[in-house]
Amino acid sequence: MRHATTVVIGAGHCGLAVSRCLAAHSVDHVVLERGEVAHSWRTQRWDSLRLLTPSWMTRLPGNTYRGDDPDGYLSVPEVIRFLGEYATGAPVLTGVAVTSVQPLDQGYLVRTDRGAWRARTVVVATGGSAAAARPSVPLPPGIPTVTAAGYRNPGQLPDGGVLVVGASASGIQIAEELSRSGRPVTLAVGEHVRLPRTYRGRDVLWWMDASGLLDERWDAVPDLVRARNLPSMQLVGAPRTLDLDVLRRQGVALVGRLAGARDDTVQFSGSLANVCALADLKLGRLLDMFDAWADRAGVEAEAPQRFAPTAVPAPVLSAQLGRGGIESVVWATGFRPDLSFLEVPVFDRRGRIVHDGGVTAAPGLYVMGLPFLRRRKSTLIDGADGDARALTAHLVDHLDTLARRAS
Amino acid sequence: MTTSVVDNGVNVAALLGAREAFADAPEIARFQWRSSVSWVHGTHSTAEVDTFAGFGDAQRHSRTFTFDVDHPLQFAAEDHGITPVEYVLVALGGCLTAGVAAVAQQRGIQLRSVRAEVSAEMDLHGILGADPEVRNGFSGVRVDYHVDADADRADIEALVAQSQKRSAVYDIMTNPTAVTVSVS
Repeated sequence: MRHATTVVIGAGHCGLAVSRCLAAHSVDHVVLERGEVAHSWRTQRWDSLRLLTPSWMTRLPGNTYRGDDPDGYLSVPEVIRFLGEYATGAPVLTGVAVTSVQPLDQGYLVRTDRGAWRARTVVVATGGSAAAARPSVPLPPGIPTVTAAGYRNPGQLPDGGVLVVGASASGIQIAEELSRSGRPVTLAVGEHVRLPRTYRGRDVLWWMDASGLLDERWDAVPDLVRARNLPSMQLVGAPRTLDLDVLRRQGVALVGRLAGARDDTVQFSGSLANVCALADLKLGRLLDMFDAWADRAGVEAEAPQRFAPTAVPAPVLSAQLGRGGIESVVWATGFRPDLSFLEVPVFDRRGRIVHDGGVTAAPGLYVMGLPFLRRRKSTLIDGADGDARALTAHLVDHLDTLARRAS
Repeated sequence: MTTSVVDNGVNVAALLGAREAFADAPEIARFQWRSSVSWVHGTHSTAEVDTFAGFGDAQRHSRTFTFDVDHPLQFAAEDHGITPVEYVLVALGGCLTAGVAAVAQQRGIQLRSVRAEVSAEMDLHGILGADPEVRNGFSGVRVDYHVDADADRADIEALVAQSQKRSAVYDIMTNPTAVTVSVS
Protein backbone atom coordinates (compact mmCIF):
# COMPACT_ATOMS: atom_id res chain seq x y z
CA MET A 1 0.00 0.00 0.00
CA ARG A 2 1.28 3.43 -0.87
CA HIS A 3 1.17 6.40 1.45
CA ALA A 4 0.80 10.15 1.06
CA THR A 5 0.11 12.83 3.62
CA THR A 6 -2.70 14.05 1.44
CA VAL A 7 -4.66 12.40 -1.35
CA VAL A 8 -6.46 14.84 -3.63
CA ILE A 9 -9.23 13.23 -5.67
CA GLY A 10 -9.76 14.85 -9.05
CA ALA A 11 -7.42 16.80 -11.33
CA GLY A 12 -9.75 19.54 -12.46
CA HIS A 13 -9.14 23.18 -11.63
CA CYS A 14 -9.99 22.61 -7.94
CA GLY A 15 -7.76 19.61 -7.39
CA LEU A 16 -4.88 21.25 -9.25
CA ALA A 17 -5.30 24.48 -7.25
CA VAL A 18 -5.20 22.53 -3.98
CA SER A 19 -2.14 20.65 -5.22
CA ARG A 20 -0.39 23.95 -5.93
CA CYS A 21 -1.21 25.19 -2.39
CA LEU A 22 -0.15 21.91 -0.75
CA ALA A 23 3.16 22.06 -2.63
CA ALA A 24 3.68 25.61 -1.38
CA HIS A 25 3.31 24.22 2.17
CA SER A 26 5.58 21.26 1.35
CA VAL A 27 2.80 18.79 2.05
CA ASP A 28 3.58 15.57 0.20
CA HIS A 29 0.55 14.55 -1.77
CA VAL A 30 -0.82 12.86 -4.84
CA VAL A 31 -3.67 13.86 -7.12
CA LEU A 32 -5.69 10.85 -8.29
CA GLU A 33 -7.53 11.38 -11.56
CA ARG A 34 -9.87 8.76 -13.06
CA GLY A 35 -9.24 9.98 -16.61
CA GLU A 36 -6.89 12.68 -17.80
CA VAL A 37 -6.34 16.16 -16.40
CA ALA A 38 -9.55 18.18 -16.95
CA HIS A 39 -11.47 14.95 -17.48
CA SER A 40 -14.96 16.47 -17.31
CA TRP A 41 -13.94 19.18 -19.75
CA ARG A 42 -12.89 16.45 -22.18
CA THR A 43 -15.91 14.22 -21.77
CA GLN A 44 -18.92 16.17 -20.52
CA ARG A 45 -19.03 19.40 -22.52
CA TRP A 46 -20.81 20.23 -25.76
CA ASP A 47 -18.77 21.27 -28.79
CA SER A 48 -19.65 24.96 -28.95
CA LEU A 49 -19.36 25.67 -25.22
CA ARG A 50 -17.21 28.51 -23.99
CA LEU A 51 -16.60 29.62 -20.42
CA LEU A 52 -19.25 31.98 -19.10
CA THR A 53 -16.60 34.03 -17.31
CA PRO A 54 -14.28 36.37 -19.21
CA SER A 55 -10.76 35.03 -19.64
CA TRP A 56 -9.18 37.52 -17.22
CA MET A 57 -11.16 35.68 -14.49
CA THR A 58 -9.28 32.47 -15.23
CA ARG A 59 -7.05 32.93 -12.20
CA LEU A 60 -5.63 29.98 -10.30
CA PRO A 61 -2.97 29.95 -7.56
CA GLY A 62 0.27 30.64 -9.36
CA ASN A 63 -1.21 30.89 -12.83
CA THR A 64 -3.48 33.39 -14.50
CA TYR A 65 -4.66 33.64 -18.10
CA ARG A 66 -2.04 35.55 -20.08
CA GLY A 67 -3.48 35.31 -23.60
CA ASP A 68 -4.20 38.22 -25.90
CA ASP A 69 -7.98 38.30 -25.39
CA PRO A 70 -8.62 38.82 -21.66
CA ASP A 71 -12.20 39.95 -22.36
CA GLY A 72 -13.00 36.88 -24.45
CA TYR A 73 -14.32 33.54 -23.28
CA LEU A 74 -12.19 30.40 -23.43
CA SER A 75 -13.36 27.50 -25.58
CA VAL A 76 -13.32 24.00 -24.11
CA PRO A 77 -10.07 23.03 -25.91
CA GLU A 78 -8.50 26.21 -24.55
CA VAL A 79 -9.61 25.34 -21.00
CA ILE A 80 -8.17 21.85 -21.40
CA ARG A 81 -4.88 23.31 -22.64
CA PHE A 82 -4.80 25.86 -19.80
CA LEU A 83 -5.38 23.19 -17.15
CA GLY A 84 -2.94 20.81 -18.84
CA GLU A 85 -0.20 23.43 -18.62
CA TYR A 86 -1.21 24.25 -15.06
CA ALA A 87 -0.84 20.57 -14.13
CA THR A 88 2.77 20.46 -15.30
CA GLY A 89 4.90 19.41 -12.35
CA ALA A 90 1.92 18.48 -10.17
CA PRO A 91 1.97 14.94 -8.74
CA VAL A 92 -1.00 13.79 -10.80
CA LEU A 93 -1.65 10.08 -11.40
CA THR A 94 -4.03 9.78 -14.33
CA GLY A 95 -6.19 6.80 -15.14
CA VAL A 96 -6.69 6.01 -11.46
CA ALA A 97 -10.33 5.79 -10.40
CA VAL A 98 -11.07 6.04 -6.68
CA THR A 99 -13.53 3.34 -5.69
CA SER A 100 -13.86 4.11 -1.98
CA VAL A 101 -12.63 6.30 0.83
CA GLN A 102 -12.90 4.82 4.31
CA PRO A 103 -11.85 6.24 7.68
CA LEU A 104 -8.89 4.70 9.50
CA ASP A 105 -7.76 5.34 13.07
CA GLN A 106 -5.66 8.18 11.80
CA GLY A 107 -6.52 9.27 8.32
CA TYR A 108 -8.14 7.46 5.44
CA LEU A 109 -7.88 4.40 3.24
CA VAL A 110 -8.35 5.38 -0.40
CA ARG A 111 -9.03 2.40 -2.63
CA THR A 112 -8.62 2.74 -6.39
CA ASP A 113 -8.81 0.46 -9.40
CA ARG A 114 -4.99 0.56 -9.37
CA GLY A 115 -4.21 -0.18 -5.71
CA ALA A 116 -4.84 1.49 -2.37
CA TRP A 117 -3.44 4.54 -0.64
CA ARG A 118 -3.20 5.53 3.01
CA ALA A 119 -3.47 9.23 3.67
CA ARG A 120 -3.64 11.44 6.74
CA THR A 121 -5.93 13.81 4.88
CA VAL A 122 -8.15 13.68 1.81
CA VAL A 123 -9.37 16.53 -0.36
CA VAL A 124 -12.34 15.56 -2.52
CA ALA A 125 -12.17 17.74 -5.63
CA THR A 126 -14.48 15.82 -7.93
CA GLY A 127 -16.66 18.90 -8.22
CA GLY A 128 -20.30 19.80 -8.02
CA SER A 129 -21.05 18.74 -11.59
CA ALA A 130 -19.96 15.11 -11.62
CA ALA A 131 -23.41 13.86 -12.58
CA ALA A 132 -26.29 15.37 -14.52
CA ALA A 133 -29.42 15.70 -12.43
CA ARG A 134 -32.71 14.90 -14.11
CA PRO A 135 -36.23 14.89 -12.77
CA SER A 136 -38.06 11.59 -12.48
CA VAL A 137 -40.63 12.36 -15.15
CA PRO A 138 -41.47 9.16 -17.01
CA LEU A 139 -41.37 9.59 -20.78
CA PRO A 140 -42.75 7.07 -23.25
CA PRO A 141 -40.16 4.83 -24.90
CA GLY A 142 -39.01 5.94 -28.32
CA ILE A 143 -38.32 9.53 -27.32
CA PRO A 144 -34.52 9.96 -27.32
CA THR A 145 -33.23 11.94 -24.36
CA VAL A 146 -29.84 13.40 -23.55
CA THR A 147 -28.57 15.36 -20.57
CA ALA A 148 -26.56 18.56 -20.82
CA ALA A 149 -23.52 16.45 -19.89
CA GLY A 150 -24.10 14.06 -22.79
CA TYR A 151 -25.13 16.66 -25.37
CA ARG A 152 -22.51 17.47 -28.03
CA ASN A 153 -24.26 19.09 -30.99
CA PRO A 154 -27.65 19.16 -32.76
CA GLY A 155 -26.68 16.28 -35.08
CA GLN A 156 -27.02 13.95 -32.10
CA LEU A 157 -30.78 14.44 -32.01
CA PRO A 158 -33.42 13.37 -34.49
CA ASP A 159 -35.05 15.95 -36.72
CA GLY A 160 -38.25 17.47 -35.46
CA GLY A 161 -39.28 19.21 -32.29
CA VAL A 162 -37.05 19.24 -29.22
CA LEU A 163 -38.05 19.94 -25.65
CA VAL A 164 -35.23 21.49 -23.64
CA VAL A 165 -36.01 21.20 -19.93
CA GLY A 166 -34.33 23.88 -17.87
CA ALA A 167 -33.49 27.49 -18.72
CA SER A 168 -30.25 28.09 -16.88
CA ALA A 169 -26.85 28.43 -18.56
CA SER A 170 -26.88 25.02 -20.26
CA GLY A 171 -30.55 25.03 -21.24
CA ILE A 172 -30.62 28.44 -22.90
CA GLN A 173 -27.43 27.77 -24.88
CA ILE A 174 -28.55 24.35 -26.04
CA ALA A 175 -32.02 25.67 -26.90
CA GLU A 176 -30.49 28.42 -29.02
CA GLU A 177 -28.18 26.04 -30.84
CA LEU A 178 -30.97 23.55 -31.54
CA SER A 179 -33.24 26.33 -32.74
CA ARG A 180 -30.54 27.57 -35.13
CA SER A 181 -30.27 23.99 -36.47
CA GLY A 182 -33.82 24.41 -37.76
CA ARG A 183 -35.60 22.32 -35.14
CA PRO A 184 -38.72 23.67 -33.45
CA VAL A 185 -37.60 24.14 -29.84
CA THR A 186 -39.78 24.26 -26.73
CA LEU A 187 -38.00 25.50 -23.61
CA ALA A 188 -39.45 24.58 -20.20
CA VAL A 189 -38.60 27.43 -17.84
CA GLY A 190 -38.55 27.21 -14.07
CA GLU A 191 -36.83 29.58 -11.67
CA HIS A 192 -33.90 31.20 -13.40
CA VAL A 193 -31.30 33.92 -13.02
CA ARG A 194 -31.65 36.51 -15.77
CA LEU A 195 -28.53 38.50 -16.60
CA PRO A 196 -27.39 40.81 -19.38
CA ARG A 197 -23.92 39.99 -20.75
CA THR A 198 -22.81 43.57 -20.24
CA TYR A 199 -24.05 46.36 -18.00
CA ARG A 200 -23.06 50.00 -18.31
CA GLY A 201 -20.46 48.98 -20.88
CA ARG A 202 -18.73 46.31 -18.81
CA ASP A 203 -19.09 42.54 -18.54
CA VAL A 204 -21.65 41.65 -15.88
CA LEU A 205 -19.03 39.36 -14.28
CA TRP A 206 -16.81 42.43 -13.89
CA TRP A 207 -19.57 44.06 -11.86
CA MET A 208 -20.05 40.96 -9.74
CA ASP A 209 -16.35 40.63 -9.12
CA ALA A 210 -15.50 44.29 -8.54
CA SER A 211 -18.50 45.02 -6.31
CA GLY A 212 -17.54 42.16 -3.99
CA LEU A 213 -20.69 40.13 -4.72
CA LEU A 214 -18.69 37.07 -5.75
CA ASP A 215 -16.64 37.28 -2.56
CA GLU A 216 -19.66 36.96 -0.25
CA ARG A 217 -18.83 34.33 2.34
CA TRP A 218 -20.77 31.19 3.17
CA ASP A 219 -20.80 32.04 6.86
CA ALA A 220 -22.20 35.54 6.25
CA VAL A 221 -24.91 35.00 3.64
CA PRO A 222 -28.43 35.17 5.15
CA ASP A 223 -29.91 32.00 3.61
CA LEU A 224 -27.12 29.57 2.74
CA VAL A 225 -29.45 26.74 1.67
CA ARG A 226 -31.05 29.03 -0.87
CA ALA A 227 -27.73 30.50 -2.00
CA ARG A 228 -26.30 27.02 -2.57
CA ASN A 229 -29.30 25.98 -4.63
CA LEU A 230 -29.54 28.97 -6.97
CA PRO A 231 -29.79 28.05 -10.64
CA SER A 232 -26.77 28.95 -12.79
CA MET A 233 -26.68 32.32 -14.53
CA GLN A 234 -28.37 32.78 -17.91
CA LEU A 235 -25.19 33.60 -19.80
CA VAL A 236 -23.36 32.47 -22.92
CA GLY A 237 -19.60 32.75 -23.45
CA ALA A 238 -19.92 35.42 -26.12
CA PRO A 239 -20.21 39.21 -26.19
CA ARG A 240 -24.01 39.15 -26.38
CA THR A 241 -26.97 38.67 -24.08
CA LEU A 242 -28.85 35.39 -24.31
CA ASP A 243 -32.05 35.53 -22.31
CA LEU A 244 -35.65 34.40 -22.71
CA ASP A 245 -36.57 37.44 -24.83
CA VAL A 246 -33.75 36.68 -27.29
CA LEU A 247 -34.81 33.04 -27.49
CA ARG A 248 -38.47 33.93 -27.96
CA ARG A 249 -37.61 36.30 -30.82
CA GLN A 250 -35.57 33.50 -32.35
CA GLY A 251 -38.68 31.33 -32.37
CA VAL A 252 -38.14 29.24 -29.26
CA ALA A 253 -41.48 28.45 -27.57
CA LEU A 254 -41.29 29.33 -23.88
CA VAL A 255 -43.41 27.20 -21.54
CA GLY A 256 -43.55 26.71 -17.78
CA ARG A 257 -41.55 24.22 -15.75
CA LEU A 258 -41.98 20.60 -16.84
CA ALA A 259 -44.68 19.42 -14.48
CA GLY A 260 -45.31 15.88 -15.60
CA ALA A 261 -46.01 13.50 -18.43
CA ARG A 262 -49.12 11.45 -19.02
CA ASP A 263 -49.25 8.95 -21.87
CA ASP A 264 -47.81 10.86 -24.82
CA THR A 265 -48.40 14.34 -23.46
CA VAL A 266 -46.01 16.46 -21.43
CA GLN A 267 -47.49 18.99 -19.05
CA PHE A 268 -46.06 22.36 -18.16
CA SER A 269 -46.63 24.44 -15.08
CA GLY A 270 -48.79 27.55 -15.34
CA SER A 271 -46.20 29.49 -13.34
CA LEU A 272 -44.13 30.89 -16.25
CA ALA A 273 -45.29 34.46 -15.67
CA ASN A 274 -44.28 34.35 -12.03
CA VAL A 275 -40.84 32.81 -12.52
CA CYS A 276 -40.19 35.51 -15.12
CA ALA A 277 -41.43 38.21 -12.72
CA LEU A 278 -39.18 36.83 -9.97
CA ALA A 279 -36.17 36.87 -12.30
CA ASP A 280 -36.94 40.38 -13.59
CA LEU A 281 -37.31 41.75 -10.06
CA LYS A 282 -34.16 40.02 -8.94
CA LEU A 283 -32.23 41.44 -11.89
CA GLY A 284 -33.53 44.90 -10.97
CA ARG A 285 -32.29 44.51 -7.39
CA LEU A 286 -28.90 43.31 -8.63
CA LEU A 287 -28.53 46.35 -10.91
CA ASP A 288 -29.64 48.64 -8.05
CA MET A 289 -26.85 47.11 -5.99
CA PHE A 290 -24.30 47.62 -8.78
CA ASP A 291 -25.36 51.25 -9.24
CA ALA A 292 -25.21 52.00 -5.51
CA TRP A 293 -21.77 50.42 -5.28
CA ALA A 294 -20.59 52.31 -8.39
CA ASP A 295 -21.70 55.60 -6.80
CA ARG A 296 -19.88 54.83 -3.56
CA ALA A 297 -16.76 53.55 -5.30
CA GLY A 298 -16.68 56.35 -7.86
CA VAL A 299 -16.70 53.93 -10.79
CA GLU A 300 -16.69 55.50 -14.21
CA ALA A 301 -19.11 53.65 -16.44
CA GLU A 302 -21.86 54.30 -18.91
CA ALA A 303 -25.21 55.55 -17.59
CA PRO A 304 -27.37 53.13 -15.61
CA GLN A 305 -30.07 51.35 -17.56
CA ARG A 306 -32.97 49.03 -16.80
CA PHE A 307 -34.22 46.16 -18.91
CA ALA A 308 -37.83 45.68 -19.95
CA PRO A 309 -39.66 42.89 -18.14
CA THR A 310 -39.46 39.53 -19.90
CA ALA A 311 -42.21 39.23 -22.50
CA VAL A 312 -44.22 36.22 -21.41
CA PRO A 313 -46.05 34.41 -24.20
CA ALA A 314 -49.61 33.13 -23.90
CA PRO A 315 -49.62 30.03 -21.70
CA VAL A 316 -49.08 26.62 -23.27
CA LEU A 317 -49.74 23.91 -20.70
CA SER A 318 -49.06 20.73 -22.63
CA ALA A 319 -47.36 19.34 -25.73
CA GLN A 320 -47.58 16.21 -27.79
CA LEU A 321 -44.70 13.73 -27.58
CA GLY A 322 -43.84 12.10 -30.88
CA ARG A 323 -46.04 12.05 -33.99
CA GLY A 324 -44.82 15.38 -35.26
CA GLY A 325 -44.65 17.00 -31.82
CA ILE A 326 -41.69 16.74 -29.53
CA GLU A 327 -39.37 14.06 -30.92
CA SER A 328 -36.53 14.35 -28.39
CA VAL A 329 -35.82 15.80 -24.95
CA VAL A 330 -32.72 17.50 -23.56
CA TRP A 331 -32.46 17.49 -19.77
CA ALA A 332 -30.69 20.69 -18.80
CA THR A 333 -31.86 20.35 -15.23
CA GLY A 334 -28.58 20.90 -13.49
CA PHE A 335 -25.76 18.88 -12.09
CA ARG A 336 -24.98 17.30 -8.78
CA PRO A 337 -21.87 15.96 -7.14
CA ASP A 338 -21.27 12.20 -7.17
CA LEU A 339 -19.64 11.32 -3.86
CA SER A 340 -20.88 7.74 -3.74
CA PHE A 341 -17.29 6.50 -3.22
CA LEU A 342 -17.08 8.37 0.09
CA GLU A 343 -17.77 5.80 2.83
CA VAL A 344 -17.50 8.30 5.64
CA PRO A 345 -20.51 9.47 7.72
CA VAL A 346 -20.59 13.03 6.45
CA PHE A 347 -23.95 12.98 4.64
CA ASP A 348 -27.38 14.25 5.64
CA ARG A 349 -30.55 12.17 5.40
CA ARG A 350 -30.94 13.06 1.73
CA GLY A 351 -27.42 12.03 0.87
CA ARG A 352 -25.96 15.52 0.57
CA ILE A 353 -22.52 16.09 2.00
CA VAL A 354 -22.51 18.22 5.16
CA HIS A 355 -19.59 20.62 5.41
CA ASP A 356 -18.70 23.98 6.87
CA GLY A 357 -16.99 25.89 4.10
CA GLY A 358 -15.50 22.67 2.71
CA VAL A 359 -14.45 21.31 6.12
CA THR A 360 -16.35 18.13 6.96
CA ALA A 361 -17.00 16.78 10.44
CA ALA A 362 -14.54 13.95 9.69
CA PRO A 363 -11.10 15.31 10.73
CA GLY A 364 -8.83 15.76 7.73
CA LEU A 365 -11.54 15.24 5.11
CA TYR A 366 -12.20 18.23 2.87
CA VAL A 367 -14.40 18.90 -0.14
CA MET A 368 -14.04 21.51 -2.88
CA GLY A 369 -15.83 22.86 -5.91
CA LEU A 370 -19.39 22.74 -4.59
CA PRO A 371 -21.84 25.62 -5.01
CA PHE A 372 -21.11 28.47 -2.58
CA LEU A 373 -18.61 26.26 -0.74
CA ARG A 374 -16.89 29.25 0.89
CA ARG A 375 -17.75 32.11 -1.45
CA ARG A 376 -20.40 32.92 -3.99
CA LYS A 377 -17.75 32.29 -6.65
CA SER A 378 -16.84 28.82 -5.40
CA THR A 379 -18.29 27.15 -8.51
CA LEU A 380 -16.39 29.45 -10.85
CA ILE A 381 -12.81 28.65 -11.84
CA ASP A 382 -11.95 31.96 -10.18
CA GLY A 383 -13.30 30.64 -6.88
CA ALA A 384 -10.79 27.82 -6.60
CA ASP A 385 -7.90 30.07 -5.56
CA GLY A 386 -9.39 31.38 -2.32
CA ASP A 387 -11.06 28.10 -1.41
CA ALA A 388 -7.88 26.08 -2.05
CA ARG A 389 -5.78 28.45 0.05
CA ALA A 390 -8.26 28.45 2.95
CA LEU A 391 -8.73 24.67 2.98
CA THR A 392 -5.00 24.07 2.66
CA ALA A 393 -4.41 26.34 5.67
CA HIS A 394 -6.99 24.34 7.64
CA LEU A 395 -5.43 21.07 6.48
CA VAL A 396 -1.91 22.16 7.48
CA ASP A 397 -3.22 23.19 10.92
CA HIS A 398 -4.81 19.76 11.26
CA LEU A 399 -1.52 18.05 10.36
CA ASP A 400 0.30 20.22 12.92
CA THR A 401 -2.22 19.18 15.58
CA LEU A 402 -1.71 15.50 14.72
CA ALA A 403 2.07 15.96 14.88
CA ARG A 404 1.88 17.70 18.29
CA ARG A 405 -0.37 14.97 19.63
CA ALA A 406 2.07 12.30 18.45
CA SER A 407 5.14 13.94 20.01
CA MET B 1 -37.37 50.18 8.46
CA THR B 2 -36.86 47.54 11.15
CA THR B 3 -38.74 44.36 11.83
CA SER B 4 -39.37 45.29 15.46
CA VAL B 5 -41.93 47.99 14.61
CA VAL B 6 -43.59 46.06 11.79
CA ASP B 7 -46.62 44.04 12.83
CA ASN B 8 -48.75 42.31 10.22
CA GLY B 9 -49.96 39.83 12.81
CA VAL B 10 -47.87 37.01 11.39
CA ASN B 11 -45.71 35.06 13.84
CA VAL B 12 -42.70 34.68 11.57
CA ALA B 13 -40.54 33.44 14.45
CA ALA B 14 -42.90 30.49 14.90
CA LEU B 15 -42.81 29.71 11.17
CA LEU B 16 -39.02 29.84 11.09
CA GLY B 17 -38.95 27.75 14.27
CA ALA B 18 -41.04 25.11 12.50
CA ARG B 19 -38.57 25.08 9.63
CA GLU B 20 -35.75 24.48 12.12
CA ALA B 21 -37.71 21.71 13.85
CA PHE B 22 -38.35 20.02 10.49
CA ALA B 23 -34.60 19.82 9.90
CA ASP B 24 -34.27 17.58 12.97
CA ALA B 25 -37.47 15.59 12.50
CA PRO B 26 -38.55 15.75 8.84
CA GLU B 27 -41.44 13.34 9.40
CA ILE B 28 -43.36 15.89 11.48
CA ALA B 29 -43.65 18.06 8.37
CA ARG B 30 -45.94 15.51 6.75
CA PHE B 31 -49.48 16.85 6.99
CA GLN B 32 -52.85 15.59 5.88
CA TRP B 33 -55.79 17.89 5.22
CA ARG B 34 -59.37 16.63 5.24
CA SER B 35 -62.90 17.64 4.44
CA SER B 36 -66.09 15.64 4.78
CA VAL B 37 -68.70 16.53 2.18
CA SER B 38 -72.36 15.39 2.48
CA TRP B 39 -75.01 15.74 -0.15
CA VAL B 40 -78.10 17.59 1.03
CA HIS B 41 -80.43 17.98 -1.94
CA GLY B 42 -80.10 18.86 -5.59
CA THR B 43 -76.67 20.43 -6.14
CA HIS B 44 -76.49 21.48 -2.48
CA SER B 45 -73.87 19.84 -0.25
CA THR B 46 -72.38 20.77 3.07
CA ALA B 47 -68.69 20.43 3.73
CA GLU B 48 -67.31 20.05 7.23
CA VAL B 49 -63.71 20.64 8.16
CA ASP B 50 -62.44 19.97 11.66
CA THR B 51 -59.52 17.55 11.93
CA PHE B 52 -56.17 17.34 10.21
CA ALA B 53 -52.87 15.62 10.92
CA GLY B 54 -49.38 17.05 11.26
CA PHE B 55 -46.47 17.72 13.61
CA GLY B 56 -46.51 13.98 14.19
CA ASP B 57 -49.94 13.98 15.78
CA ALA B 58 -53.69 14.19 15.25
CA GLN B 59 -54.79 17.83 15.15
CA ARG B 60 -58.07 19.74 15.30
CA HIS B 61 -59.26 23.21 14.39
CA SER B 62 -60.58 25.31 17.30
CA ARG B 63 -64.08 24.42 16.08
CA THR B 64 -65.82 22.62 13.23
CA PHE B 65 -66.19 24.81 10.16
CA THR B 66 -69.14 24.17 7.87
CA PHE B 67 -69.53 25.36 4.30
CA ASP B 68 -72.49 25.25 1.97
CA VAL B 69 -71.75 24.35 -1.62
CA ASP B 70 -74.38 24.88 -4.28
CA HIS B 71 -75.02 26.57 -7.57
CA PRO B 72 -76.88 29.83 -8.29
CA LEU B 73 -80.49 30.27 -9.33
CA GLN B 74 -79.28 30.85 -12.89
CA PHE B 75 -78.31 27.17 -12.92
CA ALA B 76 -81.81 26.18 -11.82
CA ALA B 77 -80.36 25.51 -8.37
CA GLU B 78 -81.21 27.01 -4.97
CA ASP B 79 -78.03 28.97 -4.25
CA HIS B 80 -77.45 27.73 -0.70
CA GLY B 81 -73.78 28.48 -1.11
CA ILE B 82 -71.07 29.40 -3.54
CA THR B 83 -70.04 27.05 -6.32
CA PRO B 84 -67.11 24.64 -5.99
CA VAL B 85 -65.10 26.63 -8.51
CA GLU B 86 -65.61 29.77 -6.46
CA TYR B 87 -64.19 27.94 -3.42
CA VAL B 88 -61.10 27.41 -5.55
CA LEU B 89 -60.85 31.17 -6.06
CA VAL B 90 -61.37 31.71 -2.32
CA ALA B 91 -58.60 29.22 -1.62
CA LEU B 92 -56.19 30.81 -4.07
CA GLY B 93 -56.83 34.35 -2.87
CA GLY B 94 -56.65 33.28 0.76
CA CYS B 95 -53.42 31.39 0.27
CA LEU B 96 -51.66 34.11 -1.70
CA THR B 97 -52.78 36.82 0.70
CA ALA B 98 -51.56 34.89 3.74
CA GLY B 99 -48.28 34.57 1.89
CA VAL B 100 -48.13 38.30 1.18
CA ALA B 101 -48.59 39.03 4.89
CA ALA B 102 -46.01 36.47 5.98
CA VAL B 103 -43.39 37.55 3.45
CA ALA B 104 -44.03 41.22 4.29
CA GLN B 105 -43.55 40.47 7.98
CA GLN B 106 -40.29 38.70 7.33
CA ARG B 107 -39.05 41.48 5.06
CA GLY B 108 -40.02 44.18 7.57
CA ILE B 109 -42.75 45.71 5.41
CA GLN B 110 -45.77 47.14 7.27
CA LEU B 111 -49.00 46.44 5.42
CA ARG B 112 -51.94 48.84 5.69
CA SER B 113 -54.35 47.12 3.33
CA VAL B 114 -54.23 44.21 0.93
CA ARG B 115 -57.01 43.23 -1.44
CA ALA B 116 -56.88 40.55 -4.10
CA GLU B 117 -59.45 40.53 -6.87
CA VAL B 118 -59.53 36.95 -8.09
CA SER B 119 -61.32 35.97 -11.28
CA ALA B 120 -61.36 32.95 -13.52
CA GLU B 121 -62.61 32.33 -17.03
CA MET B 122 -64.55 29.18 -17.77
CA ASP B 123 -66.43 27.93 -20.80
CA LEU B 124 -69.51 25.91 -19.79
CA HIS B 125 -69.30 23.89 -23.00
CA GLY B 126 -66.78 21.80 -21.08
CA ILE B 127 -68.78 20.67 -18.03
CA LEU B 128 -71.94 20.27 -20.10
CA GLY B 129 -70.11 17.93 -22.46
CA ALA B 130 -71.14 20.11 -25.36
CA ASP B 131 -67.70 20.52 -26.92
CA PRO B 132 -64.94 17.96 -26.40
CA GLU B 133 -62.35 20.59 -27.31
CA VAL B 134 -63.19 22.67 -24.23
CA ARG B 135 -61.80 21.65 -20.86
CA ASN B 136 -64.01 21.48 -17.78
CA GLY B 137 -61.87 23.73 -15.66
CA PHE B 138 -60.69 27.28 -15.88
CA SER B 139 -59.11 28.49 -19.10
CA GLY B 140 -57.26 31.07 -17.03
CA VAL B 141 -57.14 32.65 -13.59
CA ARG B 142 -56.34 36.27 -12.79
CA VAL B 143 -55.36 37.74 -9.45
CA ASP B 144 -55.09 41.52 -9.19
CA TYR B 145 -53.52 42.83 -5.99
CA HIS B 146 -54.13 46.22 -4.43
CA VAL B 147 -51.53 46.66 -1.71
CA ASP B 148 -51.05 49.70 0.50
CA ALA B 149 -47.81 49.29 2.41
CA ASP B 150 -44.64 51.02 3.56
CA ALA B 151 -42.73 49.89 0.49
CA ASP B 152 -42.07 50.94 -3.08
CA ARG B 153 -43.68 49.31 -6.07
CA ALA B 154 -40.77 46.95 -6.79
CA ASP B 155 -40.81 45.68 -3.20
CA ILE B 156 -44.57 45.11 -3.35
CA GLU B 157 -44.24 43.27 -6.67
CA ALA B 158 -41.51 41.15 -5.11
CA LEU B 159 -43.82 40.36 -2.15
CA VAL B 160 -46.55 39.19 -4.48
CA ALA B 161 -44.11 37.17 -6.61
CA GLN B 162 -42.54 35.49 -3.58
CA SER B 163 -46.00 34.68 -2.22
CA GLN B 164 -46.81 32.82 -5.44
CA LYS B 165 -43.53 30.99 -5.24
CA ARG B 166 -44.37 29.67 -1.78
CA SER B 167 -48.12 29.17 -2.20
CA ALA B 168 -49.63 25.69 -1.90
CA VAL B 169 -52.82 26.57 -3.76
CA TYR B 170 -50.93 28.35 -6.53
CA ASP B 171 -48.85 25.19 -6.94
CA ILE B 172 -51.94 22.98 -6.87
CA MET B 173 -53.51 25.07 -9.61
CA THR B 174 -50.47 25.50 -11.84
CA ASN B 175 -49.18 21.92 -11.68
CA PRO B 176 -50.86 18.56 -12.21
CA THR B 177 -51.78 16.63 -9.07
CA ALA B 178 -52.65 12.95 -8.87
CA VAL B 179 -56.24 12.54 -7.72
CA THR B 180 -57.54 9.13 -6.66
CA VAL B 181 -61.29 8.73 -6.15
CA SER B 182 -62.58 5.45 -4.76
CA VAL B 183 -65.89 4.06 -3.51
CA SER B 184 -66.01 2.39 -0.07
